[in-house]
Amino acid sequence: MSVLELANISKHFGAIQAVNDVSFSLEAGEVVGLMGDNGAGKSTLVKMIAGNFHPSHGTMRLDGKDLVLHKPADARQHGIEIVHQDLALCNNLTAAANVYLGRELRRGFGPLRILDYGAMYKRAGQLFAELKSETRPRDLVKQMSGGQRQAVAIARTMLSQAKIVLMDEPTAAISVRQVAEVLNLIRHLRDQGIAVVLISHRMPDVFDVADRVIVMRRGRKVADKKIASSSPEEVTGLITGAIEQVA
Amino acid sequence: MAVTLDQTIAQKQHTFLSRLFANQTFWVVIAVILACLFLSVATDSFATSKNIFNITRNITFVAIVALGMTFVIITGGIDLSVGSVLCLSSMVLAVTMHAGYSIEVGILASIATALAIGAFNGLLIAYLGFPPFVVTLGMLSVARSLAMVASNNTVVFQFGPDHQKLLALGGGAWLFGIANPVLYMILLAGITGFILRWTKFGRHIFAIGGNEHAATLTGVPVKQIKVVVYMISALSAGLAGIIQTGWLGAVTTNLGNGMELQVIAATVIGGANLAGGVGTALGAIVGAALIEVIRNSLGLLGINAFWQGTFIGGAIILAVLFDRIRNFRRSD
Repeated sequence: MSVLELANISKHFGAIQAVNDVSFSLEAGEVVGLMGDNGAGKSTLVKMIAGNFHPSHGTMRLDGKDLVLHKPADARQHGIEIVHQDLALCNNLTAAANVYLGRELRRGFGPLRILDYGAMYKRAGQLFAELKSETRPRDLVKQMSGGQRQAVAIARTMLSQAKIVLMDEPTAAISVRQVAEVLNLIRHLRDQGIAVVLISHRMPDVFDVADRVIVMRRGRKVADKKIASSSPEEVTGLITGAIEQVA
Repeated sequence: MAVTLDQTIAQKQHTFLSRLFANQTFWVVIAVILACLFLSVATDSFATSKNIFNITRNITFVAIVALGMTFVIITGGIDLSVGSVLCLSSMVLAVTMHAGYSIEVGILASIATALAIGAFNGLLIAYLGFPPFVVTLGMLSVARSLAMVASNNTVVFQFGPDHQKLLALGGGAWLFGIANPVLYMILLAGITGFILRWTKFGRHIFAIGGNEHAATLTGVPVKQIKVVVYMISALSAGLAGIIQTGWLGAVTTNLGNGMELQVIAATVIGGANLAGGVGTALGAIVGAALIEVIRNSLGLLGINAFWQGTFIGGAIILAVLFDRIRNFRRSD
């Protein structure tokens, strides 16, 4: 059974049709590359899944149950996590503090509950180890490489039992070696049975890590096929419109 | 050799000493100690118990307000209205007590006034997106003017039936001969330090100063916290005002005039960063101490008082210079 099913989702802002009648499903442990030119509707689509926007039409189903999201916190509660393009990290805080930002662990009773530094360091350390990242929980994010910063942002999605992780351009602004590191992080998420949606402009990354590619153009889904049966040339044609649509 | 997970988790970036040496507050403490040692040798009048009593007490008013300011500065904001809020709170206390009400009523009215002003500042900044500089600059003018209205611009020095209680509150020395204001300062510094280090609220304040957008995206209630932060700043000014009223035994409408600069200076000298994300309770106290020692020493060394501003301004610029040098080295 699919983890997430979108059926005939549309979104318009006034007269502008940002997303037009898009349907697709996500399986557990699957990486789906979501591609398309700027303004194709990728971000709008993802923001609907993340609870930032409300669809104008259509329905979403999570584990077979109807899914209605009013705010990003709702999505998080349902196990839908997002890694923002700018990673949303605070440079002045430690890696562990960033992982737990907004969901800090505390100990004690009643009004006198204090931050549980020990537990947060420990769990963050375990998450980094799971991700095979060399990030250390007590290090300040300020001094980290792009790959380590990605690891911190991704570890955040693993705090609760995430079912779906949406990643917005995770490889856009980092070095080649760090890209490999991030793609490995994505594989680790997949191996744990998490469905990953990878929004990217970078063809090699999508063909390297994704199982399936969905291409959007002008708000419509124009392709949804296995990576194995597609090619970068075909996807480029679909993105630009040189190829109209494939089954 | 294989590194275990526990070792990785325990791994700190710096040793205790390297962290200490990289800490601006530490160097300011050294500066204060050196200055004190020098003055003890160079003058007869510095190391007298009377002078030490004076210095420690003078530090407190700036330090208490600087503690509140630290919260605001960590979020990346600024509160220019503290000097005027201090004056207005003092005046509300004085006028209420002068009218025959008890000290409890006076203090309640005074604190309520401060909190209301802080809430007003905070709401405009957090929910309407006003720049903190503009809102609090406006409030600097408004609060002082309200103090003049409340007192008809007169000096209030009679505080009704609880007159003596108020003077004891601010001017006494209830524990080991330490001036009461110093006791309040230590207590408030402890509370501030605890909040910043051990509470979720404190953690969120640092997050807002580090990256406000990230804090919002991760579900930190940024707007509410900003309002509270300005209320804390105003509250600290109000408390300092109450204590100072008890110590001085009189309130004039120029109380706390220009104090915002000393308070901001103390915070910055103590290591807080005006860009947000950095600041400590100890830093605020130590910064206030350095300013007061400089002021005091100029007097004792017989240097013309007109030079005070130059030395304090120089200390501010020097403190920020050290911060810049550290950042240059890091970016190399």
